Amino acid sequence: MPANLNRQHSPEGDDILTQNALLKMEHIHKRFPGVYALRDVQLELLPGEVHAILGENGAGKSTLIKILGGIYTKEKGEIYIDGQEVNISSVDDARAAGVSVIHQELVLVPYLSIAENIFLGREPKKKSGLLDRDRMIREAKKALADFGLSLSPETVIADLNIAQQQMVEIVKAISFNAKIIVMDEPTSSLADKEVEVLFESVRRLTARGIGIIYISHRMSELGQIADRVTVMRDGEYVGTKVVKDVTTDELITMMVGRSLSRYYTRTFNECTENVLEVKGLCSNKVHDVNFDLKKGEILGFAGLIGAGRSETMKAIFGIDKVTAGSVLLNGQELRGKKTKEIMQFGIGLVPEDRRAEGIFPEMSIKFNITLKVLQEFMKGAHVDYPKEDSISDAFTSRLAVKAPSSETPIRSLSGGNQQKVIFGSWLAMNPKVIILDEPTRGIDVGAKSEIYTIMNELAREGVSIIMVSSDLPEVLNMSDRIAVMSGGTITAILDRTEATQEKIMQNAVQY
Amino acid sequence: MLNTMSTPAKLLGSTKAYLKRNTGILIGLLAICVIITINSKSFLSQDNIMNVLRQISTNMYLASAMTMVLIAGGIDLSVGSVIALTGVISGTLVMAGIPIPLVIIICLAIGGVCGSVNGFIISRTTLPPFIVTFSMMSILRGATYVYTGGTTVRVDNRTFINLGTGYLAGIPLPVLYLLVVLVVVFIILNKTRLGRHIYAIGGNQKAAEFSGISVRGVRMFVYVFSGVMGSLAGMVLCARSYSGNPVAGNGAEMDAIAAVVLGGASMAGGYGYIGGTMIGALIIGLLNNGLNLMRIDSYWQIILKGVVILVAVYVDYVKNLKKNKSN
Repeated sequence: MPANLNRQHSPEGDDILTQNALLKMEHIHKRFPGVYALRDVQLELLPGEVHAILGENGAGKSTLIKILGGIYTKEKGEIYIDGQEVNISSVDDARAAGVSVIHQELVLVPYLSIAENIFLGREPKKKSGLLDRDRMIREAKKALADFGLSLSPETVIADLNIAQQQMVEIVKAISFNAKIIVMDEPTSSLADKEVEVLFESVRRLTARGIGIIYISHRMSELGQIADRVTVMRDGEYVGTKVVKDVTTDELITMMVGRSLSRYYTRTFNECTENVLEVKGLCSNKVHDVNFDLKKGEILGFAGLIGAGRSETMKAIFGIDKVTAGSVLLNGQELRGKKTKEIMQFGIGLVPEDRRAEGIFPEMSIKFNITLKVLQEFMKGAHVDYPKEDSISDAFTSRLAVKAPSSETPIRSLSGGNQQKVIFGSWLAMNPKVIILDEPTRGIDVGAKSEIYTIMNELAREGVSIIMVSSDLPEVLNMSDRIAVMSGGTITAILDRTEATQEKIMQNAVQY
Repeated sequence: MLNTMSTPAKLLGSTKAYLKRNTGILIGLLAICVIITINSKSFLSQDNIMNVLRQISTNMYLASAMTMVLIAGGIDLSVGSVIALTGVISGTLVMAGIPIPLVIIICLAIGGVCGSVNGFIISRTTLPPFIVTFSMMSILRGATYVYTGGTTVRVDNRTFINLGTGYLAGIPLPVLYLLVVLVVVFIILNKTRLGRHIYAIGGNQKAAEFSGISVRGVRMFVYVFSGVMGSLAGMVLCARSYSGNPVAGNGAEMDAIAAVVLGGASMAGGYGYIGGTMIGALIIGLLNNGLNLMRIDSYWQIILKGVVILVAVYVDYVKNLKKNKSN
């Protein structure tokens, strides 16, 4: 919390701080054809403050941010920066006003260097009109060094990992003299260690008096990084709280408008019968992976990014080649089989990267749900359309997918609903074992809780689940046992009764 | 499938969807017809219509296959050269006295082999389809010249010629082959698992792999089919023009691609319909025919064709822009 603040409590109990606000957005209205996207929303940011915005998907967070960033224009309302009313109607306006937005999908050009990306669109020129490469590199180097980064400005973006790319985005934002930096889900694709690095740089920014608007679905992060939090719901302002004074439960209640009595719904049962046995599994990316999976069990896979969790799953599922070891499903060897055959044995995999590996964006919800079970309603040149509809309807309703119709292209759904459709498409093939790789990444609280409920139901029905997740509370609360991976192999398998955050981390950093 | 209660309703529904999806190019097609009719009395004569259909049919064979290739996220530039190669081969084989059914089988097989080479390389490597089929286009065209020494192969076998020029019940034979091709492609794309898989791999190849779809197999299929359609076009053209010409089919792949894209398919894959391609090919065919009937200078015809295609695609683009905005 910045030290220069005096706190006042508004009559509603909201923590509104009025002195020398860096940014004030008031009475913001925005309508899209037929719907109110924002109705009388407010937001206030102080110099050196990290201000989180919380809300389910569709709550209006990104609309608000897009108005601030000049992508949308507001219908009504005022925006003040440093006490001056500003008119933001384009991205350039926003930039000139000192606002910089770091989007969830990074927008760096992959095959240009760091320096070229930082100066993209405003490259320094020599008198001759040619590019002043030396100056560009010199200044980029200085900007990186100022920020404590030892990267060479000539490194190509494609060679950086996601965390490093984010750092470059931040440096780029500062180089525009940004006073306000908006970060949209900055940690959604970072491992815990990288998140630490990001937080470090956020603190460095706030120390300079820069205000950060921080959007995240990860409630656990707020305590570590945010000073205040503004909650939105259905396009309306719900309230602003000082993070230290508010509990997660209270925030969830504010977000969903009701209390999620039990967020992680899990009823544990005794699991004894072995379903899947993996022995000495090796691929190009993992080695000597050993574990078993019992009927009706949820086996969590924890570890840092790059530990080999997703790669283990890809090897089991026949995507990556298995070089040694065996994978036994009810005693039957699956090693060397194709993905299609492995699916027929009853294994499903909901992949890690929903957009890249999961959805067929232009196609309908129906197409996406039924693609893996076409044989149930298509034979030769005959299509049983009613059957197709009934399969599609069954799983959209089981997973409570919110969409206008089953013909809606999946790309127009929210992340949570897309994830539910993908989940449904795997359930449609009635799997005995289902591997969920980061099942709740980047989706809102409501959808998360629904996915947990379905996982619990599946486990009760005797389906075995492998859940790869970087969300430790999720792993700890949902799993019967937790396998921890590090350096391409399993370093520990912990029972839920003995597992703690510390034990998992100890084993995750072994190599 | 043919549920008596719902069939008319369903038919009406899909007709509506078809009209809605293709409004832009249907209006364009209509406009072209009206303009030509006003300017030329002979346009609407039965002779001319049959003539146009026969001319269009070779492009349609290619475009039908190209629809699947484009939906699957690929492109096939080699089909024009397949036309030339199979044209001259069919000509020489017929003249050498080989039985015509055998000639047809051999030529279709040659087209299939050319396509399978494309398919094999594209599905086993990450080489871009554009480059692979571009190279194949050059190789096959060169091979055709080497084979004939650059000369045209004359054909005077009446039976063979009849396959390209004859009629059945007043309909030109090539148009009848076309109907078969269209039905086959329609069924594949709309009624079979293979069709769904074609859309899937073009829509998101990675996700298709994770869904257990044989990406290689599907790729192989579309390129082989494209090669076979190229050889069908090659033989029909040879029979129709009484000769196998090594220059035949030059640029035919571009007309086919233009027809598919006019028909609303995405060059990026994952989207496209055979019904749209049909209209696209009609527009291109009518342009050629109509501009001739209207006695427009042939050099200007080339320019006009480019302009019309550009305008049509632009109108479509504006339409999509509006649609995306209202979403």
